[in-house]
Amino acid sequence: MTDAVANLVALLAVGVAAFAGWHTMRRQPFSNPLFYAAAVLEIALLALLVGGCIALAGTSRDVDGVLFVSYLVTLVVIPPAAVLWGIAEKSRWGTGVVVVAMLTVAVLCVRVLQIWKGTNV
Amino acid sequence: MSDAGTGHGFGRVLVAVYAVFAIAASARSLYQLATKADEAPVAYALSALAGVVYVVATFALATDRRRLATATIGFELVGVLAVGALTLVDRDLFPDQTVWSDFGAGYLFIPLVLPFVGLWWLRSTGSKARGQAKAPSTHTTRGRNH
Repeated sequence: MTDAVANLVALLAVGVAAFAGWHTMRRQPFSNPLFYAAAVLEIALLALLVGGCIALAGTSRDVDGVLFVSYLVTLVVIPPAAVLWGIAEKSRWGTGVVVVAMLTVAVLCVRVLQIWKGTNV
Repeated sequence: MSDAGTGHGFGRVLVAVYAVFAIAASARSLYQLATKADEAPVAYALSALAGVVYVVATFALATDRRRLATATIGFELVGVLAVGALTLVDRDLFPDQTVWSDFGAGYLFIPLVLPFVGLWWLRSTGSKARGQAKAPSTHTTRGRNH
């Protein structure tokens, strides 16, 4: 678990958020490319969960394990929930939900990194 | 449920934001109360209360329960203003952060803005629901035709 990995996933989430925001602005419904983008992010988050758990087991540093893993699990749950909730809304705001969710993922990634480094209070 | 319900259109985004805060506040307080309850009981009890308020507000908005939504969002507004002011006046009262500390500065001030947006949304959907109870889609077509 390094800075680069967490920041990369956070950037990816911001990218998907921007893509979803572009849909919202143009009043476009949920599109296939947006679905694939969210799917790529989901795979990255799953990798982060697995990698994070392995790193947690192998580290000798004092990391709050329960907090760390619960954040990683929350991250994995958010995109599918947002996509389902977004597709169900037929107005322009369906993709707006995805914007909110992806920005949340980005913030949580930064928090995960803080927890890993032990800089959280 | 009609299209003018509080859980549809822009309301769906609002519900999403509320859901995030419901989970964030209640999960945080559960964690705080479970691991270090004696460190800052006031702050953690407040986190728990804030979590419950967000959960109820999310539920009320998603299921179009206006009165419950107005009550919880109003409470939320009072809460964020009161706790925000208290944290500035007396630091010792809240040794650890809550969602509402410093007017929600730790959460990008979203807790401060959210109740205003929520109340505005309840107001605007309220008039819409009264005005077009039998024709829920007229406002969108009118907007398209200029």
